[in-house]
Amino acid sequence: MTAKQQFKEGLITNNPVLVQQIGMCATMAITTSMFNGIGMGLSVLIILTCCNVVISAIRKIIPNEIRLAIFVVVIAGFVTIVDLVLQAYIPALSESLGVFIPLIVVNCIIIGRAEAFCQKNPVGLAFRDGIFQGLGYTAVLFIMCLIREFLGKGSFGGGLLNTIDGVIGTGNGVQIFPSEFGASILTLPVGGFITLGCILAAMNYALRKSEEKKEARERAEKEGK
Amino acid sequence: MLTSLLSISLGAILINNFIFSQFLGICPFLGCSNKMDTAAGMGLAVIFVMGLASALCWMINEWILMPLDLGFMQTVAYILVIASLVQFIEMFLKKSVPSLYSALGIYLPLITTNCAVLGVVLLNTQNSYNFIESVVYGITGGIGFLVAICLLASVREKIEFADYPKAFEGFAIALVTGGLLSLAFMGFSGMKIF
Repeated sequence: MTAKQQFKEGLITNNPVLVQQIGMCATMAITTSMFNGIGMGLSVLIILTCCNVVISAIRKIIPNEIRLAIFVVVIAGFVTIVDLVLQAYIPALSESLGVFIPLIVVNCIIIGRAEAFCQKNPVGLAFRDGIFQGLGYTAVLFIMCLIREFLGKGSFGGGLLNTIDGVIGTGNGVQIFPSEFGASILTLPVGGFITLGCILAAMNYALRKSEEKKEARERAEKEGK
Repeated sequence: MLTSLLSISLGAILINNFIFSQFLGICPFLGCSNKMDTAAGMGLAVIFVMGLASALCWMINEWILMPLDLGFMQTVAYILVIASLVQFIEMFLKKSVPSLYSALGIYLPLITTNCAVLGVVLLNTQNSYNFIESVVYGITGGIGFLVAICLLASVREKIEFADYPKAFEGFAIALVTGGLLSLAFMGFSGMKIF
Protein backbone atom coordinates (compact mmCIF):
# COMPACT_ATOMS: atom_id res chain seq x y z
CA MET A 1 0.00 0.00 0.00
CA THR A 2 1.47 3.33 -1.02
CA ALA A 3 1.51 6.45 1.11
CA LYS A 4 -0.82 8.17 -1.34
CA GLN A 5 -3.43 5.43 -1.02
CA GLN A 6 -3.20 5.56 2.76
CA PHE A 7 -3.52 9.34 2.71
CA LYS A 8 -6.70 9.13 0.65
CA GLU A 9 -8.07 6.38 2.89
CA GLY A 10 -7.45 8.27 6.10
CA LEU A 11 -8.89 11.54 4.89
CA ILE A 12 -11.74 10.44 2.68
CA THR A 13 -12.59 6.87 1.73
CA ASN A 14 -11.94 5.32 5.15
CA ASN A 15 -12.18 8.39 7.37
CA PRO A 16 -12.44 7.30 11.02
CA VAL A 17 -15.44 9.46 11.93
CA LEU A 18 -17.31 9.88 8.68
CA VAL A 19 -16.95 6.41 7.16
CA GLN A 20 -15.96 4.02 9.96
CA GLN A 21 -18.29 6.00 12.24
CA ILE A 22 -16.26 5.60 15.41
CA GLY A 23 -14.92 8.04 17.97
CA MET A 24 -17.92 10.32 17.91
CA CYS A 25 -18.18 11.32 21.57
CA ALA A 26 -15.26 13.71 21.55
CA THR A 27 -16.07 14.86 18.03
CA MET A 28 -19.32 16.32 19.24
CA ALA A 29 -18.30 17.33 22.72
CA ILE A 30 -15.22 19.46 22.24
CA THR A 31 -15.74 21.13 18.87
CA THR A 32 -16.88 24.42 20.32
CA SER A 33 -13.70 26.34 19.54
CA MET A 34 -10.95 25.90 16.99
CA PHE A 35 -8.36 25.70 19.78
CA ASN A 36 -10.09 22.70 21.37
CA GLY A 37 -10.69 20.98 18.06
CA ILE A 38 -7.14 21.24 16.75
CA GLY A 39 -5.69 20.44 20.17
CA MET A 40 -7.80 17.30 20.51
CA GLY A 41 -7.10 16.24 16.92
CA LEU A 42 -3.34 16.56 17.34
CA SER A 43 -3.40 14.75 20.70
CA VAL A 44 -5.23 11.84 19.10
CA LEU A 45 -2.85 11.92 16.13
CA ILE A 46 0.19 11.65 18.41
CA ILE A 47 -1.30 8.93 20.60
CA LEU A 48 -2.57 6.97 17.60
CA THR A 49 0.80 7.07 15.85
CA CYS A 50 2.73 6.00 18.96
CA CYS A 51 0.29 3.19 19.74
CA ASN A 52 0.27 1.99 16.14
CA VAL A 53 4.06 1.80 16.06
CA VAL A 54 4.37 -0.01 19.40
CA ILE A 55 1.55 -2.46 18.77
CA SER A 56 2.79 -3.23 15.29
CA ALA A 57 6.30 -3.76 16.62
CA ILE A 58 5.18 -6.27 19.25
CA ARG A 59 2.44 -7.84 17.14
CA LYS A 60 4.26 -11.16 16.79
CA ILE A 61 4.74 -11.75 20.52
CA ILE A 62 1.23 -10.79 21.64
CA PRO A 63 -0.82 -13.88 22.56
CA ASN A 64 -4.08 -13.71 20.67
CA GLU A 65 -6.34 -14.34 23.68
CA ILE A 66 -5.24 -11.33 25.71
CA ARG A 67 -4.48 -8.93 22.88
CA LEU A 68 -7.22 -6.47 23.82
CA ALA A 69 -5.90 -6.13 27.36
CA ILE A 70 -2.42 -5.47 26.00
CA PHE A 71 -3.71 -2.89 23.51
CA VAL A 72 -5.57 -1.10 26.29
CA VAL A 73 -2.50 -0.97 28.51
CA VAL A 74 -0.33 0.42 25.71
CA ILE A 75 -2.96 3.01 24.82
CA ALA A 76 -3.54 3.99 28.44
CA GLY A 77 0.21 4.47 28.88
CA PHE A 78 0.51 6.88 25.96
CA VAL A 79 -2.68 8.71 26.92
CA THR A 80 -1.29 9.28 30.41
CA ILE A 81 1.95 10.64 28.93
CA VAL A 82 0.10 13.07 26.66
CA ASP A 83 -2.25 14.05 29.48
CA LEU A 84 0.64 14.92 31.80
CA VAL A 85 2.54 16.77 29.05
CA LEU A 86 -0.53 18.87 28.26
CA GLN A 87 -1.08 19.62 31.94
CA ALA A 88 2.50 20.80 32.22
CA TYR A 89 2.95 22.78 29.01
CA ILE A 90 -0.52 23.71 27.66
CA PRO A 91 -2.67 23.88 30.81
CA ALA A 92 -5.35 25.90 28.99
CA LEU A 93 -5.98 23.01 26.60
CA SER A 94 -5.92 20.43 29.35
CA GLU A 95 -8.48 22.48 31.28
CA SER A 96 -10.90 23.01 28.43
CA LEU A 97 -10.79 19.41 27.18
CA GLY A 98 -11.10 18.13 30.74
CA VAL A 99 -12.18 14.55 31.03
CA PHE A 100 -11.96 13.99 27.27
CA ILE A 101 -8.17 13.65 27.28
CA PRO A 102 -8.11 10.58 29.58
CA LEU A 103 -11.13 9.32 27.67
CA ILE A 104 -9.00 8.93 24.55
CA VAL A 105 -8.20 5.52 26.11
CA VAL A 106 -11.63 4.26 25.18
CA ASN A 107 -11.75 6.15 21.89
CA CYS A 108 -12.66 3.42 19.43
CA ILE A 109 -10.41 4.91 16.74
CA ILE A 110 -7.23 3.81 18.47
CA ILE A 111 -8.33 0.35 19.53
CA GLY A 112 -10.05 -0.09 16.18
CA ARG A 113 -6.90 0.69 14.20
CA ALA A 114 -4.86 -1.58 16.47
CA GLU A 115 -7.29 -4.42 15.88
CA ALA A 116 -7.91 -3.86 12.19
CA PHE A 117 -4.55 -2.66 10.91
CA CYS A 118 -1.52 -2.84 13.22
CA GLN A 119 -1.99 -6.49 14.03
CA LYS A 120 -1.30 -7.46 10.45
CA ASN A 121 1.06 -4.81 9.12
CA PRO A 122 4.72 -3.87 9.59
CA VAL A 123 5.86 -0.84 11.59
CA GLY A 124 6.35 1.53 8.65
CA LEU A 125 2.85 1.06 7.31
CA ALA A 126 1.36 1.29 10.81
CA PHE A 127 3.23 4.55 11.41
CA ARG A 128 1.85 6.11 8.23
CA ASP A 129 -1.60 4.76 9.03
CA GLY A 130 -1.48 6.49 12.42
CA ILE A 131 -0.49 9.81 10.86
CA PHE A 132 -3.10 9.74 8.12
CA GLN A 133 -5.97 8.41 10.24
CA GLY A 134 -5.07 11.04 12.83
CA LEU A 135 -5.11 13.70 10.13
CA GLY A 136 -8.50 12.47 8.96
CA TYR A 137 -9.81 12.79 12.51
CA THR A 138 -8.30 16.26 12.90
CA ALA A 139 -9.85 17.32 9.59
CA VAL A 140 -13.32 16.30 10.77
CA LEU A 141 -12.85 18.15 14.06
CA PHE A 142 -11.65 21.20 12.11
CA ILE A 143 -14.73 21.18 9.86
CA MET A 144 -17.04 20.73 12.85
CA CYS A 145 -15.40 23.65 14.67
CA LEU A 146 -15.53 25.78 11.54
CA ILE A 147 -19.27 25.25 11.07
CA ARG A 148 -20.26 25.47 14.72
CA GLU A 149 -18.15 28.54 15.44
CA PHE A 150 -19.04 30.44 12.30
CA LEU A 151 -22.78 29.80 12.34
CA GLY A 152 -23.06 29.80 16.13
CA LYS A 153 -20.95 32.78 17.12
CA GLY A 154 -19.93 34.38 13.84
CA SER A 155 -16.26 33.90 14.62
CA PHE A 156 -13.33 31.95 13.24
CA GLY A 157 -10.39 30.29 14.99
CA GLY A 158 -11.45 30.74 18.63
CA GLY A 159 -8.51 30.47 21.02
CA LEU A 160 -5.98 30.38 18.18
CA LEU A 161 -6.34 33.65 16.27
CA ASN A 162 -6.66 37.11 17.75
CA THR A 163 -5.93 35.88 21.28
CA ILE A 164 -6.02 38.12 24.33
CA ASP A 165 -2.45 39.35 25.01
CA GLY A 166 -1.12 36.59 22.80
CA VAL A 167 -2.01 33.90 25.35
CA ILE A 168 -3.09 30.80 23.46
CA GLY A 169 -6.53 29.45 24.36
CA THR A 170 -8.14 32.80 25.15
CA GLY A 171 -10.49 35.01 23.19
CA ASN A 172 -13.13 34.22 20.62
CA GLY A 173 -11.04 34.43 17.47
CA VAL A 174 -11.70 36.71 14.53
CA GLN A 175 -15.25 38.04 14.59
CA ILE A 176 -16.74 37.83 11.10
CA PHE A 177 -20.23 39.02 11.98
CA PRO A 178 -21.58 40.14 15.37
CA SER A 179 -22.17 37.19 17.65
CA GLU A 180 -25.76 38.29 18.39
CA PHE A 181 -26.71 37.28 14.87
CA GLY A 182 -25.36 33.74 15.26
CA ALA A 183 -27.57 30.69 15.78
CA SER A 184 -26.27 30.15 19.30
CA ILE A 185 -28.00 26.75 19.42
CA LEU A 186 -25.10 25.37 17.39
CA THR A 187 -22.69 26.06 20.23
CA LEU A 188 -24.84 23.97 22.61
CA PRO A 189 -24.82 20.13 22.76
CA VAL A 190 -27.74 20.07 20.29
CA GLY A 191 -25.53 21.72 17.71
CA GLY A 192 -22.95 18.95 18.05
CA PHE A 193 -25.48 16.24 17.24
CA ILE A 194 -27.10 18.05 14.34
CA THR A 195 -23.88 19.32 12.75
CA LEU A 196 -22.30 15.86 12.82
CA GLY A 197 -25.50 14.32 11.47
CA CYS A 198 -25.52 16.73 8.54
CA ILE A 199 -21.81 16.21 7.82
CA LEU A 200 -22.33 12.43 7.83
CA ALA A 201 -25.24 12.82 5.43
CA ALA A 202 -23.19 15.06 3.14
CA MET A 203 -20.39 12.50 3.16
CA ASN A 204 -22.83 9.66 2.36
CA TYR A 205 -24.19 11.70 -0.52
CA ALA A 206 -20.76 12.51 -1.91
CA LEU A 207 -19.54 8.90 -1.65
CA ARG A 208 -22.67 7.60 -3.33
CA LYS A 209 -22.41 10.15 -6.14
CA SER A 210 -18.75 9.30 -6.78
CA GLU A 211 -19.57 5.59 -6.87
CA GLU A 212 -22.39 6.13 -9.33
CA LYS A 213 -20.06 8.16 -11.52
CA LYS A 214 -17.45 5.42 -11.40
CA GLU A 215 -19.99 2.78 -12.34
CA ALA A 216 -21.29 4.91 -15.19
CA ARG A 217 -17.76 5.39 -16.47
CA GLU A 218 -17.05 1.66 -16.30
CA ARG A 219 -20.29 0.91 -18.10
CA ALA A 220 -19.45 3.44 -20.80
CA GLU A 221 -16.01 1.87 -21.25
CA LYS A 222 -17.51 -1.58 -21.59
CA GLU A 223 -20.00 -0.41 -24.17
CA GLY A 224 -17.24 1.43 -26.01
CA LYS A 225 -15.40 -1.83 -26.40
CA MET B 1 -26.77 14.23 52.83
CA LEU B 2 -30.05 13.13 51.31
CA THR B 3 -30.52 16.38 49.46
CA SER B 4 -27.04 16.16 47.97
CA LEU B 5 -27.75 12.59 46.84
CA LEU B 6 -31.05 13.75 45.35
CA SER B 7 -29.36 16.56 43.48
CA ILE B 8 -26.67 14.18 42.20
CA SER B 9 -29.30 11.72 40.98
CA LEU B 10 -31.52 14.26 39.29
CA GLY B 11 -28.46 15.91 37.82
CA ALA B 12 -27.22 12.65 36.35
CA ILE B 13 -30.59 11.57 34.97
CA LEU B 14 -32.06 14.80 33.67
CA ILE B 15 -30.00 17.97 33.94
CA ASN B 16 -26.55 16.73 32.98
CA ASN B 17 -27.63 13.58 31.18
CA PHE B 18 -24.56 11.59 30.16
CA ILE B 19 -25.63 11.38 26.54
CA PHE B 20 -27.49 14.56 25.88
CA SER B 21 -25.31 17.08 27.61
CA GLN B 22 -21.98 15.40 28.33
CA PHE B 23 -21.56 13.34 25.15
CA LEU B 24 -20.36 10.23 26.95
CA GLY B 25 -21.26 6.84 25.52
CA ILE B 26 -22.36 7.99 22.08
CA CYS B 27 -21.09 4.87 20.27
CA PRO B 28 -23.40 2.36 22.00
CA PHE B 29 -26.10 5.02 22.04
CA LEU B 30 -26.09 5.01 18.24
CA GLY B 31 -25.03 1.40 17.68
CA CYS B 32 -27.54 -0.37 19.94
CA SER B 33 -30.62 1.78 19.48
CA ASN B 34 -32.13 0.09 16.45
CA LYS B 35 -34.63 -1.89 18.50
CA MET B 36 -36.22 -1.35 21.86
CA ASP B 37 -35.14 -4.77 23.25
CA THR B 38 -31.47 -4.32 22.51
CA ALA B 39 -31.58 -0.76 23.76
CA ALA B 40 -33.11 -1.78 27.06
CA GLY B 41 -30.62 -4.65 27.45
CA MET B 42 -27.68 -2.36 26.82
CA GLY B 43 -29.07 0.25 29.20
CA LEU B 44 -29.51 -2.26 32.02
CA ALA B 45 -26.02 -3.65 31.50
CA VAL B 46 -24.62 -0.13 31.64
CA ILE B 47 -26.41 0.67 34.93
CA PHE B 48 -25.00 -2.51 36.44
CA VAL B 49 -21.43 -1.95 35.31
CA MET B 50 -21.38 1.78 36.05
CA GLY B 51 -22.55 1.24 39.62
CA LEU B 52 -20.02 -1.51 40.29
CA ALA B 53 -17.17 0.30 38.55
CA SER B 54 -17.83 3.48 40.55
CA ALA B 55 -17.65 1.55 43.80
CA LEU B 56 -14.56 -0.42 42.85
CA CYS B 57 -12.63 2.49 41.41
CA TRP B 58 -13.40 4.65 44.43
CA MET B 59 -11.82 1.98 46.63
CA ILE B 60 -8.81 1.61 44.37
CA ASN B 61 -8.29 5.34 44.22
CA GLU B 62 -8.78 6.02 47.91
CA TRP B 63 -7.03 2.98 49.38
CA ILE B 64 -4.27 2.21 46.89
CA LEU B 65 -3.47 5.06 44.52
CA MET B 66 -3.78 7.95 46.99
CA PRO B 67 -1.74 6.48 49.90
CA LEU B 68 1.01 5.44 47.49
CA ASP B 69 0.92 8.83 45.74
CA LEU B 70 0.23 7.24 42.37
CA GLY B 71 -2.42 9.70 41.21
CA PHE B 72 -0.92 9.82 37.73
CA MET B 73 -1.70 6.14 37.24
CA GLN B 74 -5.45 6.78 37.52
CA THR B 75 -6.34 6.34 33.86
CA VAL B 76 -4.37 3.11 33.51
CA ALA B 77 -5.67 1.69 36.77
CA TYR B 78 -9.30 2.58 36.05
CA ILE B 79 -9.39 1.10 32.57
CA LEU B 80 -7.82 -2.11 33.83
CA VAL B 81 -10.34 -2.31 36.66
CA ILE B 82 -13.21 -1.76 34.25
CA ALA B 83 -11.95 -4.29 31.73
CA SER B 84 -11.40 -6.99 34.32
CA LEU B 85 -14.67 -6.14 36.09
CA VAL B 86 -16.58 -6.64 32.85
CA GLN B 87 -14.80 -9.91 32.21
CA PHE B 88 -15.49 -11.05 35.75
CA ILE B 89 -19.17 -10.13 35.64
CA GLU B 90 -19.48 -12.01 32.39
CA MET B 91 -18.00 -15.19 33.89
CA PHE B 92 -20.02 -14.83 37.08
CA LEU B 93 -23.32 -14.36 35.26
CA LYS B 94 -22.60 -17.24 32.91
CA LYS B 95 -22.12 -19.59 35.86
CA SER B 96 -24.75 -18.44 38.31
CA VAL B 97 -27.45 -16.39 36.57
CA PRO B 98 -27.65 -17.81 33.05
CA SER B 99 -30.98 -16.11 32.33
CA LEU B 100 -29.53 -12.66 33.00
CA TYR B 101 -26.41 -13.65 31.09
CA SER B 102 -28.36 -14.52 27.98
CA ALA B 103 -30.23 -11.23 28.28
CA LEU B 104 -27.14 -9.06 28.68
CA GLY B 105 -24.64 -11.45 27.09
CA ILE B 106 -23.48 -9.75 23.96
CA TYR B 107 -23.63 -6.24 25.41
CA LEU B 108 -21.32 -6.88 28.31
CA PRO B 109 -17.99 -7.04 26.44
CA LEU B 110 -18.95 -3.92 24.47
CA ILE B 111 -19.22 -1.96 27.68
CA THR B 112 -15.46 -1.99 28.27
CA THR B 113 -15.04 0.57 25.51
CA ASN B 114 -18.09 2.57 26.52
CA CYS B 115 -16.71 5.95 27.46
CA ALA B 116 -19.60 6.58 29.83
CA VAL B 117 -18.18 4.01 32.24
CA LEU B 118 -14.65 5.41 32.30
CA GLY B 119 -16.19 8.87 32.20
CA VAL B 120 -18.28 8.39 35.32
CA VAL B 121 -15.31 7.05 37.23
CA LEU B 122 -13.10 9.96 36.21
CA LEU B 123 -15.85 12.45 37.05
CA ASN B 124 -16.27 10.85 40.49
CA THR B 125 -12.60 11.50 41.16
CA GLN B 126 -12.72 14.98 39.65
CA ASN B 127 -15.70 16.00 41.80
CA SER B 128 -14.13 14.21 44.81
CA TYR B 129 -17.33 12.39 45.68
CA ASN B 130 -17.34 10.11 48.71
CA PHE B 131 -18.17 6.41 48.44
CA ILE B 132 -21.97 6.67 48.59
CA GLU B 133 -22.07 9.67 46.29
CA SER B 134 -19.87 7.85 43.77
CA VAL B 135 -22.09 4.79 43.72
CA VAL B 136 -25.24 6.88 43.45
CA TYR B 137 -23.72 8.94 40.65
CA GLY B 138 -22.70 5.77 38.82
CA ILE B 139 -26.12 4.13 39.08
CA THR B 140 -28.13 7.24 38.26
CA GLY B 141 -25.78 8.05 35.40
CA GLY B 142 -26.59 4.58 34.08
CA ILE B 143 -30.30 5.27 34.51
CA GLY B 144 -29.83 8.47 32.51
CA PHE B 145 -28.18 6.41 29.79
CA LEU B 146 -31.06 3.91 29.84
CA VAL B 147 -33.61 6.72 29.53
CA ALA B 148 -31.73 8.28 26.64
CA ILE B 149 -31.15 5.07 24.68
CA CYS B 150 -34.77 3.91 25.14
CA LEU B 151 -36.09 7.27 23.98
CA LEU B 152 -33.92 7.14 20.86
CA ALA B 153 -34.83 3.51 20.17
CA SER B 154 -38.55 4.23 20.34
CA VAL B 155 -38.15 7.13 17.92
CA ARG B 156 -35.91 5.16 15.56
CA GLU B 157 -38.42 2.30 15.36
CA LYS B 158 -40.92 4.80 13.98
CA ILE B 159 -38.40 6.57 11.77
CA GLU B 160 -37.77 3.37 9.84
CA PHE B 161 -41.10 3.85 8.11
CA ALA B 162 -40.64 7.56 7.54
CA ASP B 163 -39.65 9.12 4.28
CA TYR B 164 -36.40 11.00 4.75
CA PRO B 165 -33.58 11.90 2.33
CA LYS B 166 -31.57 8.88 1.30
CA ALA B 167 -28.27 10.47 2.28
CA PHE B 168 -29.37 10.53 5.94
CA GLU B 169 -29.62 6.75 6.14
CA GLY B 170 -28.03 5.06 9.15
CA PHE B 171 -26.23 7.08 11.79
CA ALA B 172 -26.92 10.48 10.25
CA ILE B 173 -30.67 10.44 10.90
CA ALA B 174 -30.06 8.91 14.35
CA LEU B 175 -27.71 11.79 15.18
CA VAL B 176 -30.21 14.41 14.09
CA THR B 177 -32.91 12.65 16.12
CA GLY B 178 -30.56 12.53 19.09
CA GLY B 179 -29.99 16.25 18.62
CA LEU B 180 -33.71 16.96 18.82
CA LEU B 181 -34.01 14.81 21.96
CA SER B 182 -31.10 16.70 23.44
CA LEU B 183 -32.93 19.94 22.61
CA ALA B 184 -35.84 18.66 24.68
CA PHE B 185 -33.51 17.77 27.54
CA MET B 186 -32.10 21.30 27.43
CA GLY B 187 -35.33 22.31 29.11
CA PHE B 188 -33.95 20.81 32.33
CA SER B 189 -30.73 22.82 32.23
CA GLY B 190 -30.45 25.55 34.77
CA MET B 191 -32.63 23.63 37.21
CA LYS B 192 -31.04 23.66 40.64
CA ILE B 193 -31.89 21.47 43.60
CA PHE B 194 -30.54 22.07 47.06
